[in-house]
Amino acid sequence: MTGADSIVKCLEAEGVDVVFGYPGVAICPFYNAILNSDIETVLIRTEQNAAHAASGLARVTGKVGVCAVTSGPGATNVITGIATAFADSIPIVVITGQVNSELLGSDVFQEADITGAVESFVKYSYLVRDADDIPRIFKEAFHLASTGRKGPVLIDVPIDIQNAPTSKFKYPESINMRTYKPTVKGHAVQIQKAVKALNHAKRPIICAGGGVLLADACGALRELSERYSIPAVHTMMGKGALPSEYKLNYGMVGNNGKPYANRAMNEADVLIMIGARVADRAISQPDIIFDNKTLIHIDVDPAEIGKNAQATIPIVGDALSILTEMLESEITCNTSDWVDTLEEYRNTMAVVRHPNPDFVDPGEFIRRLTDSMEDTAVYVADVGQNQIWSCAYAIVRDGRFLTSGGMGTMGYSIPAAMGVKYACPDTQVVAVCGDGSFQMSMMELATMRQHGIQGKIVVMSNGYLGMVREYQHYTYKDNYSVVDLSGSPDLSKISEAYGFKYLRLENMKDCDAVIKDFLSTDESVLLELIIDPMDLVK
Amino acid sequence: MKRIYSVLVENRSGVLFKVAGLFSRRCFNIDSLAVGETDSADVSCMTVVSSGDERTMEQIEKQLNKKIDVIKVRTFDESEAISRELMLLKVKYTKSNRAEILEICDIMKADIVDMSKTQLMIQICDVPERTRVLISMLSSISIVEVARTGTLALPKCADS
Repeated sequence: MTGADSIVKCLEAEGVDVVFGYPGVAICPFYNAILNSDIETVLIRTEQNAAHAASGLARVTGKVGVCAVTSGPGATNVITGIATAFADSIPIVVITGQVNSELLGSDVFQEADITGAVESFVKYSYLVRDADDIPRIFKEAFHLASTGRKGPVLIDVPIDIQNAPTSKFKYPESINMRTYKPTVKGHAVQIQKAVKALNHAKRPIICAGGGVLLADACGALRELSERYSIPAVHTMMGKGALPSEYKLNYGMVGNNGKPYANRAMNEADVLIMIGARVADRAISQPDIIFDNKTLIHIDVDPAEIGKNAQATIPIVGDALSILTEMLESEITCNTSDWVDTLEEYRNTMAVVRHPNPDFVDPGEFIRRLTDSMEDTAVYVADVGQNQIWSCAYAIVRDGRFLTSGGMGTMGYSIPAAMGVKYACPDTQVVAVCGDGSFQMSMMELATMRQHGIQGKIVVMSNGYLGMVREYQHYTYKDNYSVVDLSGSPDLSKISEAYGFKYLRLENMKDCDAVIKDFLSTDESVLLELIIDPMDLVK
Repeated sequence: MKRIYSVLVENRSGVLFKVAGLFSRRCFNIDSLAVGETDSADVSCMTVVSSGDERTMEQIEKQLNKKIDVIKVRTFDESEAISRELMLLKVKYTKSNRAEILEICDIMKADIVDMSKTQLMIQICDVPERTRVLISMLSSISIVEVARTGTLALPKCADS
């Protein structure tokens, strides 16, 4: 048995079903060994997308996503995918091939110091120096990726280590890491303080972040909100933690959020921030907003508490565990006046769009599309104007809404949706992107065709990098610089070339029929929307 | 505000890079850094002196604790600790100023550890403030080169 066989056995022991990746000489022993396993392999078309596909899989299954790429450029290409997973705390394990141990540091062909390069984007990384360490390292890596604040872990394996003979395989049953013991259970005294603060609250509000979804705490959050009539808002990563149509869900906060959601948060007297980082796009001036209120900050990562905002009641631990404990106490707060006020805000402060009738209105399209989707569907939004419209108008019920929130990585939606669809073939999965982000990932249409993964892709075409154009519109008075996307390919021909059915919508006239066609077909399908190049998200 | 962080870490390759990288990536200051093995060969102690506002000081501790290779972080003010720095300092001397140099060394409790016909090497082990005083006292005489360890510190002895 070799180191490569040992790696495959580790993946089997972890229950891994699929590895997304791209081979090269330095990872070939691994790709040879995996032929003897039931673990499937998917050949993505560029390494960054292997990490995105693993991320999509991880987010919907709750398992650790795995990808494997070669040394040098293979490893450096995957960095953006790793950084994207890190920013959103998504559990993935990235295996990179590496040059021969004895040549490390001599700048030989396809050598890159990948553990050094990814240091600030990984939860942890390993450079394997002895094949006998492989079981321990993989056990630790999967544990690190999937516990505490989740995130990517990278394992760099030199080719000689993959080829080295190893002793009989024995996967460790337990972890022995003296330096890593994440807090799960919230401090009882702190939880009681939070309950007490809620008892005295007149205008309480919950702000849910991506951590609620990562902790699988959506049900408990809904229970807390519903039982005590505590209204809720959410960050971009928290979209879907509560159903969009749930009556106390007042939508997304932040500079691209709902005005009434921001107002609700500003006027609250007790704010429960849960699994949210208080990052600049959600809350631009935390010191001002939190000045006059009790901030209960719940996060599994102690470093997030107090980083951007000073919490009145910090609670470190797992969101599900803490919410479950909070639900064991009786909370007495009367919020009926507060809810009436928020309802009034919702009715009077809604953003009214004035769409150009000659084009598809992206907001209304997304609303109708998601309204027609299955309740458990997964909607993957890309980055750009399409993302902001998706956040504002997509209806999420019992399904999921995925996007690259922290890093804002263009091209995320197609490979992530591919990872989701691979893991959950019976789930309806739709990727929505712009014509800019589409061209960053369209090579993966071949991957979908090769591996029989059904793709449902919506491309909003406006011939511009819309989000940057909008920024230049406001900031540089329409002095556009490098945002014109002329030269883009004919998407009907791209669809044909990759074996996708092509649908096109130029205005709202046939919207419902086209959506029906798009959702009902069993083929892979690309729907191009022609949207107004001058349309704005604000 | 100055604070001392005494950080016990796994004695593995790359750990210094990870801790130093954390400071640079998050724009935390490093006033000084000293690293060495502890009484157990698999544990190193890093002593970092940093400065910044209160929130930064708290973040440094939390971010250090997040690093998987960090075993334990202790933090204290200079007043709560015994701190020392070792400095080696080479000066050019002449007949006319040799006595003055020796006098300064005597006052500062510094030792002459090496000499040639034109140069003296002085060693001082003291609190960081006094090593700075020695440099300033000798700066009018020609200093050839200086090597300092950075601050080492342990919290003061307790009875419990």
